[in-house]
Amino acid sequence: MKRTVIAAAMALGALAMSAGWANADPVDDELEIDGVKMITRAKAPEGHPFDEVYSGWLFREADTRAMEADSIENPAMTAVDDGEAMWNKVEGTAGKSCASCHGNASESMKDVGAHFPKWDASTNKPINVELQINKCRTEQMGAEALPFDKGGQQELTTYIKYQSLGTPVSIDLSQGEMQKWWDQGKELYYTRTGQLNLSCASCHEVGMGKMIRADHLSQGQVNGFPLYRLKSGLTSVHNRFRGCIRDTRAEMPKAFSDELMALEVYVTWRGTGLSVETPAVRH
Amino acid sequence: MKSGRTILGAFAGGIALAVAFGVASAGEMAPGDIKIEDNMVAMSVSGADGNAEEGAAAFKNRGLGNCLACHVNSAMSKELFQGNIGPSLDGVAERYKPEELRAIVVNSKAVFGDETVMPGFYSLDVGKHVREDLVGKTILTSQQVEDIVAYLTTLK
Ligand code: HEC
Ligand code: HEC
Repeated sequence: MKRTVIAAAMALGALAMSAGWANADPVDDELEIDGVKMITRAKAPEGHPFDEVYSGWLFREADTRAMEADSIENPAMTAVDDGEAMWNKVEGTAGKSCASCHGNASESMKDVGAHFPKWDASTNKPINVELQINKCRTEQMGAEALPFDKGGQQELTTYIKYQSLGTPVSIDLSQGEMQKWWDQGKELYYTRTGQLNLSCASCHEVGMGKMIRADHLSQGQVNGFPLYRLKSGLTSVHNRFRGCIRDTRAEMPKAFSDELMALEVYVTWRGTGLSVETPAVRH
Repeated sequence: MKSGRTILGAFAGGIALAVAFGVASAGEMAPGDIKIEDNMVAMSVSGADGNAEEGAAAFKNRGLGNCLACHVNSAMSKELFQGNIGPSLDGVAERYKPEELRAIVVNSKAVFGDETVMPGFYSLDVGKHVREDLVGKTILTSQQVEDIVAYLTTLK
């Protein structure tokens, strides 16, 4: 059986080469945005299934890659502008904006986004940028929490993460019970779901570098989020997770549920060392 | 809509065949009753013969087999976007007997092991949290499995 599979795979390799498909490996290319060199390949942290971690950018077509490299062409740069407007907008009963407490985001938020999710002692759970925004809104501004993906949540998150452009992702698993959430996230990453019976690892670990129909499978890294998808616009991490789970023909967990927060902790760790690319461009 | 029509088509094909060849309606096998021995399923799981033409349609239909998501099939070179998560199916009929191909399509895990990423198309051994409307349902009907197997046997 094994031999047949290998022989078939070799035949396929020949076919793929003759058809000129760009597959198998991440592309050999370098990403620089506004003069800042991005780390798109990094040595994996200890205990990682791969030796090297790769940005999803390396798996996209040349035109998509070029679009991210040029911030004039990047369609999500308007989201950064919209996020900046929200940063400065007074909302809620306290008469404050984000800027009232944090001043200039290019200083106060520099590199901050590269280290989320963090431990939040008050809720005894990990917190991501979206939930931190809601925490500030409800506790400091007297404003309503923003619903998932609405009311500028994605734009403001994009603006905050953009202040870390180029900074390597790293999260602190020694805080609170982060390690426990990492364990749960890992468990979920390898859990097969849905009628198609696939786990995250089926596609992004076993299938990494292969083609699934027209899609070149990446490692499923989150360092570029929120990012711009050519087919559907600005996309948050939890939206992406939900979409991938839906594609296994499973029920989708709710955004910000314990499941997706645990996955975010674990998947963020899997991309340790990659530059924040927010807002990245993908197909 | 499109897949609905294909399903109806497959049914019509099955009935027509059964009538034409007077196949004794041994009846459909429930997924749980199928025995995979020596990597084979000996008998038709629908109780009828497969139709290769219907099988080709179900094979490429994204809502049914969607086999091209993971497999190259040069016989369908007009179909764009053939994946390569699994091996090419070119000449697969020379590598496997029909009974083996049936076992692979019915429940690939029984043949390749639990680690394979290929879904079981007529199996209820599925992942967690299956979408509510799909609970207890297989990806393909028993007749679609037979049709696809009939199609695979043409790949020489
Ligand atoms: C059926 C296959 C499949 C499964 C299962 C799957 N994904 Fe994906 N995923 C894709 C495809 C296809 C893409 C788009 C191409 C790419 O970047 O790999 C994608 C993209 C992503 C991305 C965006 C990467 C980027 O750089 O834009 C993330 C993050 C991701 N997946 C995470 C996950 C997680 C977490 C799970 C499990 C909960 C999962 N995926 C399960 C197929 C899958
Ligand atoms: C999500 C991916 C995926 C899908 C969808 C899929 N397969 Fe597969 N298939 C595989 C993999 C991977 C293998 C190799 C077995 C292994 O080592 O796990 C395989 C192996 C096979 C083989 C044996 C090929 C050989 O030369 O050894 C056949 C036959 C086959 N698949 C038929 C089909 C048919 C027919 C369909 C659609 C009804 C289908 N597959 C859908 C992933 C897939």
